[in-house]
Amino acid sequence: MIKIDEIKRAVLVSIWFMFLTFPIMVIRVNPVEHIVEWRWKNMVLVGIGSFLLSFVWNYLMKRKELGFKKVEAGEEENVVPLTRRILGEKRIYIPALVIFGIFTISFPFIFSMYQTTIMVTALIYVMLGLGLNIVVGLAGLLDLGYVAFYAVGAYAYALLNYHFGLSFWVALPIGGALGAIFGILLGFPVLRLRGDYLAIVTLGFGEIIRIILENWNEFSFGPSGIANIPRPPLFGIDLSVHGSTTYIYYIMIALCVFTIFVVNRLQDSRVGRAWIALREDEIACQAMGIDKARTKLTAFSLGATWAGMAGVVFAAKTTFVNPASFTIWESIIILCIVVLGGMGSIIGVIAGALVLILTPEYLRAFSEYRMLAFGTLLVVMMVFRPGGIIPNVRRTYKFKGVKNADKS
Amino acid sequence: MDYFLELFLGGLTRGSIYALIALGYTMVYGIIELINFAHGEIYMIGAFTALIVISVLTLMGMNAIAMLVIAGVVAVLYSCAYGYTVEKIAYKPLRNAPRLSALISAIGMSLFLQNYVLLAQTSDFLPFPNLIPEFEFMERYAHIIGSTEIVILITTTIVMILLTILIKFTRIGKAMRATSQDKTMATLVGINVNRVISVTFIVGSATAAIGGVLIASHVGMINFYVGFIAGIKAFVAAVLGGIGSIPGAVLGSFVLGWTESFATGYVSSDYEDVFAFLFLVLILIFRPAGILGRSEKNKI
Repeated sequence: MIKIDEIKRAVLVSIWFMFLTFPIMVIRVNPVEHIVEWRWKNMVLVGIGSFLLSFVWNYLMKRKELGFKKVEAGEEENVVPLTRRILGEKRIYIPALVIFGIFTISFPFIFSMYQTTIMVTALIYVMLGLGLNIVVGLAGLLDLGYVAFYAVGAYAYALLNYHFGLSFWVALPIGGALGAIFGILLGFPVLRLRGDYLAIVTLGFGEIIRIILENWNEFSFGPSGIANIPRPPLFGIDLSVHGSTTYIYYIMIALCVFTIFVVNRLQDSRVGRAWIALREDEIACQAMGIDKARTKLTAFSLGATWAGMAGVVFAAKTTFVNPASFTIWESIIILCIVVLGGMGSIIGVIAGALVLILTPEYLRAFSEYRMLAFGTLLVVMMVFRPGGIIPNVRRTYKFKGVKNADKS
Repeated sequence: MDYFLELFLGGLTRGSIYALIALGYTMVYGIIELINFAHGEIYMIGAFTALIVISVLTLMGMNAIAMLVIAGVVAVLYSCAYGYTVEKIAYKPLRNAPRLSALISAIGMSLFLQNYVLLAQTSDFLPFPNLIPEFEFMERYAHIIGSTEIVILITTTIVMILLTILIKFTRIGKAMRATSQDKTMATLVGINVNRVISVTFIVGSATAAIGGVLIASHVGMINFYVGFIAGIKAFVAAVLGGIGSIPGAVLGSFVLGWTESFATGYVSSDYEDVFAFLFLVLILIFRPAGILGRSEKNKI
């Protein structure tokens, strides 16, 4: 039952929000024509809305606290989260994987070209998310300028094609390599920086790249960008728009599978474990004989490689690049994908990319409110599930005890 | 020489506005180690509230100075209320969560507030009336510095002095310093840490609102997006000076203001931000914790 206390609280909350939103929601001004419009209806809406939401919020908060208490009491110690249990059960996940595979392959034939295009965008973000996951999720280096490498890749293909007529397949590895070089270029000066200092320098790096692209007209054609970038050809045949969208879709699927494979192998490799050690404790990690500088640089350059390749695909997909596609918001969205999905968890990052990129696309019907909803989603997700959609589980080893301990 | 002086004072004005915003960043960071991305939005909401109040009062026919004072007070009040509420909703539940989660929550809040103003008001640039009168005694120096700039400099100085007094000499200031040093220990000696954090957000929002009103009347127009850009710049300034340190934030802001001003004046205005960021990188290479930041010595 709802108690009197809660109702009292909800009333107070709704009064507070009516006060808070009063100037901005109720009054609309037009300083040019000196018109002031009063919209009292909005105030009523805010009052009722916050009254109801306050109950929902309290209920969710209580549930969250209950969860904490259970963990503290040790009741849920051995319970693996549901998603993990499903992933761990072979009988479930192999058929699921097969169905999922068939679905992905037949996707362009089931759905319209519009859906395929959206899916290609989402897949590009899956790749970007997995790349950034190396830097942020595994190595624990907060990078707010990741979009710079994406821009490097896109411009690499656009310019190489414009000046030298290089094709997509040649540009793809070059874009990746250029991304890696820029990653090292950024990595060197920031080796000594930690945490938020690193964040702001990477942010600055991203902005520098964008501003240079915008202003250096002789090199990058300025804000107007480069148009008429060719789509990838299939054995020399020029495909129709529809055909090439499908083709890019398959290229992206292949690249994503490749990325997932590589990142998965990297995670358990020597360098991957070094990244995780570096994330957990820098000093202890160095004491174990891990070269901090080299480990950080490999993280930056390997992360940037994926962004460079994703950039090449992006340029080929849109056939047009300009600096406006590479603002800081892009970096922030990629970071949100990683954190919302679950840092360090590959399947989480994929889920995060699909949710964050597809939700706004399908919310186009409510286009005005979709960014509002996006912001709310980020806050609510983080408040109630700070580990992300599918959090990463740490590798654990059970202590089995020494067999013949009591004999000695 | 006049040109140099003009750029110098222009940089100083710019710097003092960055400082007003950067203070909020650095205070919040000093206490809960969170980059408060929504701080720029608080500043924008302050400016918008002031504009709304001014428009309403203009219809009533009030004189400029009274209007400026009332608008300023209302803007500060509302910004404080927003800062307080944002902290309660988006950051308080995340006190013990991983730091990046809180950062994403802050980004979400920033997006929400931007779009909230966009939807409730407008996406266009709105003209902001300049209410600061032209002083007569300033006319001789008009080619170097305007009256608005003088007012900005004086206000900033007053705010800085008040803030220093608040932090150095009052009870709550002492509690703030204690909390930023060690939260657990502060709780043990009877400090209500949650209250201290709320107060920090309120004070930070108040300075941001003052900055918002001043810069809006200096630039002459606002829209829903001004907060984000200014927020990033102020954040750069705070990091430049050493994040978490209040004198550092002020110094960093001035350095950033001058860098931008001189780069624009002597090189090219297109690359203003590039110079600002390059300068930041240079300083951080030689002083990885910022100009006045303490470099942490870790004991193992």
